[in-house]
Amino acid sequence: MSTQVPEPVEEESSAESVSPGKQKRDQKKRERAQRIQEQREAEAAERARSDDDTYHLKVFRYDPEVPEKQEPRFDDFYVPYKQGMTVLDALMWARDHYDSSLTFRHSCRQAICGSDALFVNGSQRLGCKSQLSDLSEPVRIEPLPHADVVKDLVVDMEHFYDQMEAVEPYFQTNSLPDGELDEQRQTRENREKVKMSTRCIWCSACMSSCNIAAGDNEYLGPAAINKAYRFAMDEREGEDMKQRRLEILEQEHGVWRCQTQFSCTEVCPKDIPLTEHIQELKREAIKNNLKFW
Amino acid sequence: MYEHDVIVVGAGGAGLRAAIAAHEEGADVAIVSKLHPVRSHTGAAEGGINAALREADSWEDHAYDTMKGSDYLADAPAAETLCKDSPKETIKLEHWGMAFSRDEDGRVSQRPFGGLSFPRTTYAGAETGHQLLHTMYEQLVKRGIKVYDEWHVTRLAVSDEERPEDRTCHGIVAYDVQTGNIEGFRARNGVILATGGLGQVYDHTTNAVSNTGDGVAMAYRAGVPIEDMEFIQFHPTTLPSTGVLISEGVRGEGGILYNEDGERFMFEYGYANNAGELASRDVVSRAELTEVNAGRGIEDEYVHLDMRHLGEERILDRLENILHLAEDFEGVDGLVEPMPVKPGQHYAMGGIETDENGETCVTGLYAAGECACASVHGGNRLGGNALPELIVFGKRAGHHAAGKDMEDARITTGKVGDYEEAEIDSPVQLGEVGLGEDVAADGGATAAASGSELVQQAVDEERETVEALLEKDDGIQHAEIRERVQKSMTRNVNVFREEEGLKQALGDIREARELYLDVFVADKSRTFNTDLLQTLETRNILDIAEAITLGALARNEFRGAHWRKEYQERRDEEWLKHTLLSWNDGNPELWYKPVILEGENKTYEPKVRSY
Repeated sequence: MSTQVPEPVEEESSAESVSPGKQKRDQKKRERAQRIQEQREAEAAERARSDDDTYHLKVFRYDPEVPEKQEPRFDDFYVPYKQGMTVLDALMWARDHYDSSLTFRHSCRQAICGSDALFVNGSQRLGCKSQLSDLSEPVRIEPLPHADVVKDLVVDMEHFYDQMEAVEPYFQTNSLPDGELDEQRQTRENREKVKMSTRCIWCSACMSSCNIAAGDNEYLGPAAINKAYRFAMDEREGEDMKQRRLEILEQEHGVWRCQTQFSCTEVCPKDIPLTEHIQELKREAIKNNLKFW
Repeated sequence: MYEHDVIVVGAGGAGLRAAIAAHEEGADVAIVSKLHPVRSHTGAAEGGINAALREADSWEDHAYDTMKGSDYLADAPAAETLCKDSPKETIKLEHWGMAFSRDEDGRVSQRPFGGLSFPRTTYAGAETGHQLLHTMYEQLVKRGIKVYDEWHVTRLAVSDEERPEDRTCHGIVAYDVQTGNIEGFRARNGVILATGGLGQVYDHTTNAVSNTGDGVAMAYRAGVPIEDMEFIQFHPTTLPSTGVLISEGVRGEGGILYNEDGERFMFEYGYANNAGELASRDVVSRAELTEVNAGRGIEDEYVHLDMRHLGEERILDRLENILHLAEDFEGVDGLVEPMPVKPGQHYAMGGIETDENGETCVTGLYAAGECACASVHGGNRLGGNALPELIVFGKRAGHHAAGKDMEDARITTGKVGDYEEAEIDSPVQLGEVGLGEDVAADGGATAAASGSELVQQAVDEERETVEALLEKDDGIQHAEIRERVQKSMTRNVNVFREEEGLKQALGDIREARELYLDVFVADKSRTFNTDLLQTLETRNILDIAEAITLGALARNEFRGAHWRKEYQERRDEEWLKHTLLSWNDGNPELWYKPVILEGENKTYEPKVRSY
């Protein structure tokens, strides 16, 4: 391979004596870095000032490790608005132009990875799915309530994952067809019945909104119960397995804890009728003559 | 230091399938992933899984479509493996409970997709990837497979023999995002890279923010050749403002594309007189941009995709998710108005060079899924062929790494056999900036060391790198560098490419490399430091952007997704070959190997590709 610019010759420099050439280069680099940073900040400030359409964000900040951030506080950011801008877009803009330590989870930007559930103007929402234009200012952005804050807007998800795993969240059936190319058939009606429950993206907005879950750490919570519903109602698992799933759901901290407040259903970004699913499982449990608390 | 038989990096479709397969073979397997598995980008796949499941269909037809779709740059042994294994792997998902859409008789539904001669795309509404990802994660939970989630893998522990073919991978180094700890993971049998896409090289992409091509860049810097990087797929229907994907299923179900004058341009202007909207993705993407460039685009930017005539019932049954996406991200109600769409970066056909068993030329190092290039997609991937790739090659890599006897691969890896050295005139110096100055370069470790020592050495180096980044008090932030590269790539290395633009991009990348020497991390916290994480990712974006651009500059022909203004013909005599790039300690080296068109029973003779 030939290149037009030759490899720069590296000057030998020991740890003690740095060559004048290197010093000069480092100095130039520092100047350039500073120039670019200043330019970027000036542009951001200019855009935020000049644009009539600026959104005011109030963002929760906390970092257990940095002394000046250990006391929780709210930071103000003024973000220039563009048609279609979401809460997540605004947070990213603030991070990339003002404060790179602003921390939040996000990935897909299209409401499927479930990582950016936040508490926005007092309700649980996905940042990527919340249009700024639908929100009143200042837009108050906080981490999900009822979860430990790791840093800024990031919460500890372990408890949520544990609850999800407590309901044996995997398909179990005894009637698989013999052939490796044969499907275990399912009626369209049955697929339709479980469809909404399969849409859960594990964002934990529902769990965060649930008063019962807030007071009872062992309550399985709407997401995990919905996961159990997804399998209990799938005709391919069979009656025996359904029985077993209902037993899991009937335990002390299972479906009977739900007080039908509908907050989970209200905040679910995938429109899953969570409360309805929980009620249906209660009815199923009674039908099956199982003991309940 | 953690230790397992098999370590899988990445927890999307390929990673999960690989882990399950290795577990089936009795291996102690662990997944290390920078996202929790259910957050992986496989969840965003919409369309479906191509599998020849019906009597009227056959894997041979599927293979033929795949070879034609690839513009004859796929390797037949890989494409045939994909098509042969896909039916039983797809049904395996069904047996694991996946919520596929169903026909009246209870069988899984299939629908037409671009470039397919049979409606063999098996799907679950317009959320097939979501269903697949969750179904496989459930199987992982069932088996109790260990997952280290929110651990970002930053380096491979590969021995540093002269020839990459003599090297061995002993493990990885990962950074615990929650605590900031950097730890080694020793893999007794093998490491499988399943790190997914690299769409963040561009600023208009369907890919997640996490898709920064980490696996491809790590493998590349460890000496593994990367293959066909210039072949980037642009999906013809993404939402203009965000790049959110509107599934090919919309066109599969009968959606129509219109220009500003209300003309059905795919037919009106003869872009694809037979297949129309269902021509393959490269053809439709070029048609759309040609319309926009000819002044027939809407707001000079996009075209319309109309599905209203399909009727509410059918839309709700098969494309419901699309209604939500159009509404939430573009403010358009797909039931009452057409949706605005334009091409966006979607998929990398190229990646880490592997054979049909997922093995690279470095012993103990495997790759599967989008980060790998087996190569099944060649110059253009057919819609519905990415998900079978994940499960078919994820499984094979998992089995192989766990020690199962596999059939000998027909595809060779590394610089062996019939390869051809190449020269290219680059306007700038490529690759490394200067030895010792680079804050995040991968260095191999001495060959004589034991596996654990090698991993420990790599851990020490990584700790130093990160310390240096965190100690630096001023400089340039990654966001600035990343933005420059993304913008240049979108401007210069997009659907339409010309020499001048490609050279400009190489220059811009060079400049970004220089800036990266000054990069610093403003956030000094050890806890959940996304500033640091993204700074490390940006390094990967630089190397990958350069590989894509260099390959594109060198390939003087028009093939599949790679369109060159100066070269408007496919040139089979010269270019039925794969582009390979070796890092070679920071001096990127370009070479070629012939494409394999001989399948099991037939040879795929290149034909004019028309739809």
